[in-house]
Amino acid sequence: MNCHCTPLPLKKEANSEWIALVGNPNVGKSVIFHALTNIYVDVSNFPGTTLDLYHGKLNDDIIIDSPGIYGFSSFNDEERVARDVIIQADRIINVVNATNIERDLFLTQHLIDTGKPVVVVLNMIDEAKKLGIQIDSQKLAKKLGVPVVEVVAIKGIGIETLKKTLKTVKTGQITPIVAEQLKDVCQMEISQAEKLLLLEGDLSISEQLNVQLTSQLEKIYTHRRDYVDKIIADVITKKDTTSKIGAIIGRALIRPIYGIPFLVLMLFVMYQVIGVYVAQDIVGLTEGVFMGEIYEPFIVSLFTETFKINGDSILGTVLVGEFGLFTMTIIYVFGLLLPLVFSFYLFLAIFEDSGYLPRLATLVDRVMQNIGLNGRAIIPMILGLGCVTMATLTTRLLGSEREKRIAIYLLGLAIPCSAQLAVIFSLLAGVGVSYSMLYFVVLVLILVIVGQILDATLKGDTTSLLIDIPPMRMPRPVNVLKKSSIKTFHFLKEATPLFALGAMLITTLQITGLLDKISDFLKPLTVNWLGLPEGASTAFIMGIVRRDFGAAGLNDLSLTALQTVVALLTITLFVPCIASILMIFKERPQKEALIMWFSTFFVSFLVGGTLFKIVSLVQHLSEQLQVLITLGFFISVSLLLKFVVGAFSNKGSVQGDDYKKSA
Amino acid sequence: MQLSMMKRGQKGRILNIDHSTLRIEALRFGIGIGQSIECYEIIPAGPVIIRKGNQEIAIGRELANAITVTTL
Repeated sequence: MNCHCTPLPLKKEANSEWIALVGNPNVGKSVIFHALTNIYVDVSNFPGTTLDLYHGKLNDDIIIDSPGIYGFSSFNDEERVARDVIIQADRIINVVNATNIERDLFLTQHLIDTGKPVVVVLNMIDEAKKLGIQIDSQKLAKKLGVPVVEVVAIKGIGIETLKKTLKTVKTGQITPIVAEQLKDVCQMEISQAEKLLLLEGDLSISEQLNVQLTSQLEKIYTHRRDYVDKIIADVITKKDTTSKIGAIIGRALIRPIYGIPFLVLMLFVMYQVIGVYVAQDIVGLTEGVFMGEIYEPFIVSLFTETFKINGDSILGTVLVGEFGLFTMTIIYVFGLLLPLVFSFYLFLAIFEDSGYLPRLATLVDRVMQNIGLNGRAIIPMILGLGCVTMATLTTRLLGSEREKRIAIYLLGLAIPCSAQLAVIFSLLAGVGVSYSMLYFVVLVLILVIVGQILDATLKGDTTSLLIDIPPMRMPRPVNVLKKSSIKTFHFLKEATPLFALGAMLITTLQITGLLDKISDFLKPLTVNWLGLPEGASTAFIMGIVRRDFGAAGLNDLSLTALQTVVALLTITLFVPCIASILMIFKERPQKEALIMWFSTFFVSFLVGGTLFKIVSLVQHLSEQLQVLITLGFFISVSLLLKFVVGAFSNKGSVQGDDYKKSA
Repeated sequence: MQLSMMKRGQKGRILNIDHSTLRIEALRFGIGIGQSIECYEIIPAGPVIIRKGNQEIAIGRELANAITVTTL
């Protein structure tokens, strides 16, 4: 196919058609995708992005799932990918959330304007009815000029009708202004979709065609909005049946006075469920019993006895040694990560489906703006407390490269993961309240000040929050389970190779003796600069293998209270585990990832050493005073740093400035 | 006046959105110039939540500063 865009990483068969599945985020697209394609699902990476493209077969045709978008005008990676999928598709299935049809139909009309045959799927029609939204889908189909199918995807209702309708799809009624404008470019030999994008000023299309037209984007958008609003007014009748309780709760959660205590309560519940119950009881069972007592002896004997591989040979070490592929990788991923990650995704799904997440994002937006992020970044930050590798993957939902950069760096630097938290809590239990406070306050301080410095020095502006807030509703258990299973599966699929690769790297370092060398090399730093005993450097190196190993290694060293805090702080700020480092390299350009990685070393040793020196200086005072003085020092240094950075960086925000001041 | 200066429960009409990208993004969400909205909630120094029909939309403070409204 001759198209002026990035070709899809797929092969086109002669008698098969490409059907693009397009919709806004969270409309149930993936459920419909799986219902249509059954088992033949393939994933490929879209060229030049970190986005995965799912595609599967429906009879002879290929269904391609595209990222959730609000429009396709190259505002971000998702939109660019969706645009290229749409341009190259033969037919389009547009999934619409019936409960949010005012917003979603805008994309529908945009798709119809491309001149491609479209079928509109009204998903969650049952929920819409419950909310008192009546949609006359026949009238809607007539107005749009394309078939409309009512579907309840999670129950499988309407999927068969959709399959049948797919064969009869046709092009719809184009927005009047688009029809008019298209006449101006009618002599060009490109598809209508490309013409439309050209009219809307899409940069990459105009570049590739080498045509310069004045962008009509805003004009077209405004007219399309009006056009869609008129259709909506015609086909929808609403009764306001939003449950009173739901509305009251929904409203209260956004207000700081109720929202903040609720957030604290939720974090506490999460800690009790995930940190105590899952991380200790369940993981004790999965990692300790299933993996440790049953699986490991079995797999080791399988390789050493059945396959006659010497456990001490290089091959044996790689496969079933201390950090072996079949020992550590499997045990870590399935014994430890699987239950943890699943329970985190379970909470996330409940928050998502109940409508709490957008409210949380709104509530914390103000605070997050301080560190160059907007409210939406709270999601990866909370997930980071579970597994930084998982959270790094989730940063894909953030709006701009700049935000991904800041979020990934802060995650790697200052967010301790659950595996680490367990050890941190147990070690801190021995050092008293003041020193525990010292650890947490310094950590938060580092998070804030590093975030602020990044915000001040990185080019560009924090994107403003703009999200719609759905009504509060009871999450459906089936849906929640399905969602968290899919996400967990997806995570394991992405992360397991990284853990395997990490394990191989560590084994290599161990076999070649490099591990000990690095540990020796670090000794002067850990002993002289951080004031820790000799064994600490080994614990630090182990921290790269698995963050919790590092912290656990400290357990055996009988440290003083001060040494404990210094060591814990350094190891928390220190590089994340090897899997998360590899994830950073996967998500960010190589050079940037390297800078991130090395600078975490620098920051961690700088902070750890400074803390040690300051507290040593005031060792003769009472503990509370020591902590106060140290914190005072860190706070003043932070303020000073902030001031210096603020003075030196003349931030290149061009368009943001005029309205930033007006606050 | 600016959207961020509205009070809770006040109704208004959007006169202008002073930022080209945001104007486009807002249109996708159903907020366009000339439309009437209600200020549903306002978080101190934080986002403004507006209501249009049955839809609630949270708008970050900066964007809310860029939107001019007239009260009804």
